Amino acid sequence: MTAAVQTGVAGFLARYEALRYLLPGDPLQRAAAAEAFRRAGLPGATSGRREEAWKYTALRPVADASFLQSTVESAGDGTVLAQLPPLDAPRIVFIDGQFRPELSALPAAARFERFAHHGSFGALARPDSEPLVALNTMLSEDGALLSVEPEVDAGLLLLVSVASDGAAFHPRHDIHLRRGARMTLLELSVGDGCYLHNPVFEVRVGEGASLTHVRLQDESPAAFHLSTLYAQVAEGGSYDSFALNLGARITRTEAHARLAGAKGFTHLNGAQLLGGSQHADFTTVVRHDAPSCSSRQTVKNVLAGRAQGVFQGRIEVARAAQKTDGYQMNQALLLSPDAEIDTKPELEIFADDVKCSHGATVGELDADQLFYLRSRGIPDAEARSMLVRAFLAEALDAVTHQAVRGVLDRAVEGWWERQAA
Amino acid sequence: MLEIRGLSAAIEEKPILQGIDLTVPQGEVHAIMGPNGSGKSTLAYVLSGREDYVVTAGSVTFDGRDLLAMAPEERAVAGIFLAFQAPIELPGVGNANFLRTALNAVRRARGEPELDAVQFLRMARTETKRLAMPEDMLRRNVNVGFSGGEKKRNEVLQMSILRPRLAILDETDSGLDIDALKIVADGVNTLRGPEFSALVITHHQRLLDHLVPNRVHVLAGGRIVRSGGPELGHELEAKGYSGMVAEAA
Repeated sequence: MTAAVQTGVAGFLARYEALRYLLPGDPLQRAAAAEAFRRAGLPGATSGRREEAWKYTALRPVADASFLQSTVESAGDGTVLAQLPPLDAPRIVFIDGQFRPELSALPAAARFERFAHHGSFGALARPDSEPLVALNTMLSEDGALLSVEPEVDAGLLLLVSVASDGAAFHPRHDIHLRRGARMTLLELSVGDGCYLHNPVFEVRVGEGASLTHVRLQDESPAAFHLSTLYAQVAEGGSYDSFALNLGARITRTEAHARLAGAKGFTHLNGAQLLGGSQHADFTTVVRHDAPSCSSRQTVKNVLAGRAQGVFQGRIEVARAAQKTDGYQMNQALLLSPDAEIDTKPELEIFADDVKCSHGATVGELDADQLFYLRSRGIPDAEARSMLVRAFLAEALDAVTHQAVRGVLDRAVEGWWERQAA
Repeated sequence: MLEIRGLSAAIEEKPILQGIDLTVPQGEVHAIMGPNGSGKSTLAYVLSGREDYVVTAGSVTFDGRDLLAMAPEERAVAGIFLAFQAPIELPGVGNANFLRTALNAVRRARGEPELDAVQFLRMARTETKRLAMPEDMLRRNVNVGFSGGEKKRNEVLQMSILRPRLAILDETDSGLDIDALKIVADGVNTLRGPEFSALVITHHQRLLDHLVPNRVHVLAGGRIVRSGGPELGHELEAKGYSGMVAEAA
C-alpha cells in the first residue's frame, strides 16, 4: 500500500526515521547527513536568507509536493524498454531508483555493483555543505557502482532512470576509471507524473583515463530533477561531460570538477531547452589544483514561454595551478519576452600564470540571419526554427560519439514536437 | 516587369532614396552605378523587403503586383533574388540543407513538387561544378569560414538553383579576382533569356565587360541622374562620378 505523508523537510526526515535501520552503508554518515539536512532544509523553501549558491533557484515546489512513502508499483517491462534509444550497448536500468536486473544488460568490460549491496559512500561528495547531497546521503537506497580496470576501453554504457508518479528517490552512483581506462556513459532520465529524482555522482578519473559523460534529462514536465556530481581528474585524465536538459519542472544540474593532477582536462558543457514555466539551473564549480590543466564550460539555453534558465559558473585556480587554461561561456536565446536567463560567472585565481576567460551572450534571433533566410523564400516561422536549431546544433557538436549524438538529436526533435503541439 | 515610381526611403529617419524612377523590362539586364553612399544598396534592400528601411513615398510593382506590400519570402517566391554585398554567415546551418529548404519553399509556393535529398544533391553538384566551386562547400555551414570570393560564388550558386526572374546583384563583383569575376558573370549570363531580368549594382565597369547590360543608370544623392546604353559605363570610367554628377546637376 502507498500513502501520502508529511511534505517537505519533515516528510524526508520521517522517511529517514522509518528506513534508517534498513538502509545500506555506514549509519553514522547517514545520521550526520540527516542532521545537516535538518539544519539546512531545502534551499529557498522557506522565506528568509538565501544562500548565494541558490540565489536563483528556490525549491519551494519540491517542499510542497507530496511523495509516496513506499516504492510505487512500477511500469511494465515492455513500456520501459520501448522508451530506450535503440543502441547496441550494455545498459543498467533503474526504476524509481531501484536496480532492475531483468531490464538491464550488464557490461562485460566494466564492473558493476549495486549501491544497495555495498552502501559505500565516496570521499568526494559533501553532504555537510550541500543540502541536496545531505538529503541523498540520508536516503539513498540504490545506485550504480561502476569501475573500469586499467587500460580497458569499456566503450558505450547506458545508465537509465525511469520514474513514476509520486516517487522520490536519491540514487548514489560511483564511477571509477583506473589508469588509462576509457568509457562513454550515456545517462538517460525519463518518467511520468510528479516525482523527485535526486542523484549524487562521484566520479574518479585515473591517470590518463578518459570518461565521456553524456546526460540526457528528458523527465516528465511535472518532475523535479536535482543532480549533484563530483568529479576528480588525475594527471593527464579527462572528464568530458555534456548535459542536455529538456524536461522537468525544476532542474538543478550541479557539477564540481577538481583537476587534481597536472595536464588534466574537463568539459562541463550543456544545453537547456525550456518552455512553459520550466526552470533549469546549471551550476558548475571547476577547481584547478594542478598545473597545466584546462577546463571548458559552454552552456547554451533556448528559452521560450515563461521559462527561466540559470547559469552559475565558478572557476577556482589554486596557487600551484600555473599554466591553467580556463574558459567559460553562457549563451541564451530568448524566444519570448517573458523568458528569463540569469547568469553569474565567478573567477577566483591565486596563481599568476593563467589564462581564464568567461563570457555571456543573451539575445533574440539575429535580424540579418533571419532576413537572409526569408530573402531566399523560407517562411518566417521556418526560418526562425532553422536558426534556433542551428544555435543548438553548435552546442551538440560537442558530442562526437555518433550514435549518442543521434539520441540527443532525436530528443531535441521530440522537444520541438511537444512545443508545436 | 519591374516598375519603380517616385521611390523614397529612409533608415532611422535619415532619407536615402529621394524619388527613384526606373523600369526594368522583362529579359533585360540593367546596371546601376554610383558613388559610395548614393543609395545603391538601400535600393537593393528595399526591393527585397528588408524591414528596417522605411518607404516614405512612391511605388514598386513587379509583374503588376504591389511589391512593397509583400513579405521578403513572398518576394522571393515571386521570383526576386538579392545577391548580398556581404553574405550572411549561418553557423550551424549546413549549406546543402539551407539550399534545399529554400528551393523547396520556392517550389512549394509555385505549386511544383519538392525535391528529395538525392534529386537535390544531383542538381546542386552540377551547379557547383559549373561555378568551379569545391564540392565541400555544400557540406560546410552557410558562408562560415568562406573566403570573400567563395561567399560571392555561394550567392551565385543560390541564384542558379533558385532560378529567379529578377536578380539584384549588390556589388557581387567586389573582392573578386579576374577569374572569379568571369565565373560570376558567366553564372549570370547562363541565366539570361526572355524570362530573366537583372539589376546589377556595381562600382566598376569591369563586371560590365563580361556582363553587358541593356541599360546603365547612374545613381547619385538617392536619385537616378543619368541613364544610357552600355557606353555610359565607359564614359563613367573616363570621367569619374564627380564629373558626371556635376554635369547632371
